[in-house]
Amino acid sequence: MSTATEPEAGYSTGELQTIVAARSLAGKRSCFIGVGRPSTAALLARMVHNPGLVLVYESGTIGAKPYHVPLSIGDGELAQTADLVVSVPEMFNYWIGPGQVQVAFLGAAQVDRQANLNSTVIGDYEHPKTRLPGAGGAPEIARGCQEVVVIAPHSRRTFVEQLDFMTTRGDRTTLVITDLGVLEPRDGELTLTTLHPGITVEQVREATGWELRVLDSLDESQAPTDEELAALRELVSR
Amino acid sequence: MAELVSLTEGVAEVVRDGDAIALEGFTHLIPFAAGHEVLRQGRKDLELIRMTPDLLYDQMIGVGAARKLVFSYGGNPGVGSLHRFRDVIEHGWPHPIEVEEHSHAGMANRYVAGASKLPFMVMRGYTGTDLMAHTRVEQITCPFTGEQLVAVPALNPDVAIIHAQEADREGNVQLWGIPGVQKEAVLASERSLVTVERIVEKLEPRPGGVVIPGWVIDYVAEAPGGSRPSYALGLTERDNDFYREWDVISRDRDQFLAWMEENVLNSATPTTATAS
Repeated sequence: MSTATEPEAGYSTGELQTIVAARSLAGKRSCFIGVGRPSTAALLARMVHNPGLVLVYESGTIGAKPYHVPLSIGDGELAQTADLVVSVPEMFNYWIGPGQVQVAFLGAAQVDRQANLNSTVIGDYEHPKTRLPGAGGAPEIARGCQEVVVIAPHSRRTFVEQLDFMTTRGDRTTLVITDLGVLEPRDGELTLTTLHPGITVEQVREATGWELRVLDSLDESQAPTDEELAALRELVSR
Repeated sequence: MAELVSLTEGVAEVVRDGDAIALEGFTHLIPFAAGHEVLRQGRKDLELIRMTPDLLYDQMIGVGAARKLVFSYGGNPGVGSLHRFRDVIEHGWPHPIEVEEHSHAGMANRYVAGASKLPFMVMRGYTGTDLMAHTRVEQITCPFTGEQLVAVPALNPDVAIIHAQEADREGNVQLWGIPGVQKEAVLASERSLVTVERIVEKLEPRPGGVVIPGWVIDYVAEAPGGSRPSYALGLTERDNDFYREWDVISRDRDQFLAWMEENVLNSATPTTATAS
C-alpha cells in the first residue's frame, strides 16, 4: 500500500480504501476490474464477503480466480483460472456493452462533480502538459455496466472543478471511494455521504477542487476488522 | 498456403517503409521478436497500429521508426507511464508524430469492420465524451429504430504481425489463452506474418484454441520466446520484473538508446545467426 500507516489506527488509509471498496461488492454478482487497488479490492471481496463474485478483466478473462494480485490485466493466471476467455471484440460487444456485467471499478486522473472522468491528458489536448494512457475500455464500461464505482486518491489534483478532457461519462456512477471517505451522487452531484474514521469534513473539503456538498447526517466507515486486515495483508504478501 | 521462412526473411517480405502495420497481442503473445527485427531492418515512416502500444511500440517510437500512432491505451500495465510514448507526444522527441486514439471498444470494432470488409461498424459509445471531437468517428441514425449510434471506420492495415504458440508445416496456426484481436488483425490486413514458438507435425486442438488457417496467412516464422517479455500461455511466463525495469530504462533518452543499441539493434534474433 502506498500511503503511510497511521500508528494509532493500526492500518493505513490505503488499506482502509481497499477494504471499503471490497465491502461494496458484498451481494453483487459480477465486477469488471482493472489492475492496482481495484483488483486487490475485488480479490479481497472474494476472500471475505462474496466467494462467488465473478471477476471480469478487459483482456477477455471472465470468472478469473487468481491467487496472486495480477500486475497486468492479461497475466497468465487470469486466463488459466477463468470460466471462459473471449476475444476483445466479444468482450465489448457481447458482455460489456449490453450490461451483462453488474459493477465496474474504475480509476482516473481527474474526477469532476458529476463523476465524469479524465484519463487522457492534463493540459491542452494538442499540447498536453502530461499525456496519460488514454481511454482504454473505460468509456464503454461506464455506459454498459449497471453500477460504476470510482476508486481515486482524494486531492485537489484529482477532484477538479473542470476536467481537462472528458474521457468517460459519470452517469452510472453510484460510489466514489477515496482515502478520506465516500461520495455518492445526489441530484446528479457528488455529495460526501461517509467519512473514514478520524477524517474531518474540513479535510475532505480542503482536498476537493469544488464547493463540495456534504450530507447533513454523515455516516462513518467501519474501521477494518481483524479478519479484513489479516486477509488483505496475506493477499498482498503472496 | 503460408510459406515457412526465417524471421529475417518474413519481416523483409511483408514490411516496407511507410506501411501501416499492426503488431497485435493484448498483453499476451505480443510479437516482440518480429518488432525488433523490423527495427533492425531499418524500416521507417511507419504507421504503428496497436490497441495497447505496450513496451514494444514504446521502443519503436523511441528509436524514431513511427510516423503515426493509432491506439486506445498507452500505459505500462500495472506499472505506470510509457515514457517514450509520453516524450514523443509531450515534447516531439525524437520527432513529432501524428496520433489517432480510440477507446478499446472502438479499436476492436474497427478491426471487426476491417476483417468483415465492411466500411464501418456500429456501436454505442463516444457520444458525450471529448474523444468524439478528436478522432475519426461519426454519429449515425439507426434506420430501423432511429437511435443515435456511432460509426467507427474499418481498419485495414497494410501488414499484420502476430505471435502464436504453434504452427504446422502447412502454416496453419493455433493460439490459446487470451486471444485479443489477432484473428481480426490478420483477416483485416493486406499482408501477414505469424511468428510461432514452435513448428509441430500436427496441431492438437486446445481448449479455447483459435485456429487461423494457413491459406489466409502469407508467412510463418519460428521464433521461440518471440513474445518475451510478454508471454505465450503454457510455454513462457510474462516477465513482470522486466515490465517494472522498463520504467527505469525508458525514463532517460540516452539510457533508452543505449539499451536499444545493445539489446535490440545490435543483437542477434533468436532464430537467425546474424542481424541484418
